[in-house]
Amino acid sequence: MALLKWNQKLTPLDNEIQQLKRQVISMWEMVLSQLQKAEEALKNMDRDLAREVVLTEKRVNAFELKIDRDCEDIIALFAPVAIDLRFVLAVLKINMNLERTGDIAEGIGKFVMDIPQDFDARLFEITRVLEMYQQGNEMIIDVMNAFEEEDTSLARKVFKKDDLLDEINKNAATIVADFIKDNPSKIESALYILSTIRKLERVGDQAKNMAEEIIFYSEAKVLKHKPKNKKSEE
Amino acid sequence: MESAVLKVRNFNAFFGENHILKNINLDIDKNSVWAIMGPSGCGKTTFIRCINRMHELTPNATAEGSMKLNGEEVYEMNPVLLRRKVGMVFQRPNPFPTMSIYDNVIAGYILNGIKLNKQQKDEIVETSLKRAALWMEVRSTLHKKGTFLSGGQQQRLCIARALSMNPEMLLLDEATSALDPVSTAKIEELIHELKAQYTILMVTHNMQQAARVSDKTAFFYLGELIEANNTKTIFTNPKHEKTQDYIRGHFG
Repeated sequence: MALLKWNQKLTPLDNEIQQLKRQVISMWEMVLSQLQKAEEALKNMDRDLAREVVLTEKRVNAFELKIDRDCEDIIALFAPVAIDLRFVLAVLKINMNLERTGDIAEGIGKFVMDIPQDFDARLFEITRVLEMYQQGNEMIIDVMNAFEEEDTSLARKVFKKDDLLDEINKNAATIVADFIKDNPSKIESALYILSTIRKLERVGDQAKNMAEEIIFYSEAKVLKHKPKNKKSEE
Repeated sequence: MESAVLKVRNFNAFFGENHILKNINLDIDKNSVWAIMGPSGCGKTTFIRCINRMHELTPNATAEGSMKLNGEEVYEMNPVLLRRKVGMVFQRPNPFPTMSIYDNVIAGYILNGIKLNKQQKDEIVETSLKRAALWMEVRSTLHKKGTFLSGGQQQRLCIARALSMNPEMLLLDEATSALDPVSTAKIEELIHELKAQYTILMVTHNMQQAARVSDKTAFFYLGELIEANNTKTIFTNPKHEKTQDYIRGHFG
């Protein structure tokens, strides 16, 4: 079920919903840009760019509050029902997921700022952290497009993409432990990378949560707490 | 298992050539509150007027099909007896203007020529006014004219009048649309309480009211019953596109 039909005359509620949707997409773009900048900062040890990410986090937080207020106003003033109600409820949760994704970007930015020595390039390679980062960003982009286009099949693809993140995350502890054994002087940077991997794993979780919300509002299906293989099928 | 107090099967209603209700099938469970929704002219008022056979009071009006109240065919019953079993309250409060509050409550008995002694009358008046949540407000002015009351109180008086005959079912035809929000809230609260004893069908244009008050909702469109389901389902995930369009305000 779509929010708007091609020949539909817009009601005041439709206008509010469309405006809310545009706001969420702007928030999404901001969070994505934060993630990408933090990725660049990590790759190139660019501490200035990392600082920019940390400072921009305030704007993400302010955006979250604005979207929350808009949702509250729509519920109070327009009493939405059916798909409109599900959309507003979904946006409330997506908004929270986006804010948390923004926190993750900020956290990675802080690692880059705090680490006294540059990361060892070998660490990137053996842990596959950059590959993981790229996949996490792709998932966020896919869910954003799914939200914009109301495309639930695209949202469903995200569940599968999370497998790579899980795999890298699962192997990370052993790889990092072995690296530390061989390079005891690089414990700190190795631990930062492990923490970054843990954070990126949560980016995948946020993307999946958002995908579930898109499916909830479009199809009125609740996929939460279902096994991953069922989520892609249902 | 819930038992259906009203069973409607292949029911059709006409005004002359105009086919107003088209093949309606619906089961109304005992002690449930049903909201009947739909755009103007969809047949919702005709539907509830058919239940107590007020429909046939209009010249050229006819009905076909089956409508059973507790197993008894409505269209084979004596209409006067039927209307005792199925009480009705209308959009505008309509207490009898020349009667006192007291007489308004027992008007059904007076007009039907049913003799009651003073004690019986007192009991019926008190019980009915209490059930309609009006007793405390009028107990000291029972012999004043009903028309002296506020709109909301008059409407509750009409509900008391309908309840005095101990009906099995109560039909409310936009009973709160002429009332202010405070009176509306009182009637809605009353509907919640009355549900324990009666089965209630209410026609309403106020969708939030339907959502707040009813257990089940039926959506009519152009004389057809499009969807009947739990109110929660209708307002969160209606199955039919027309229902969704209507409740989202995308009609016309």
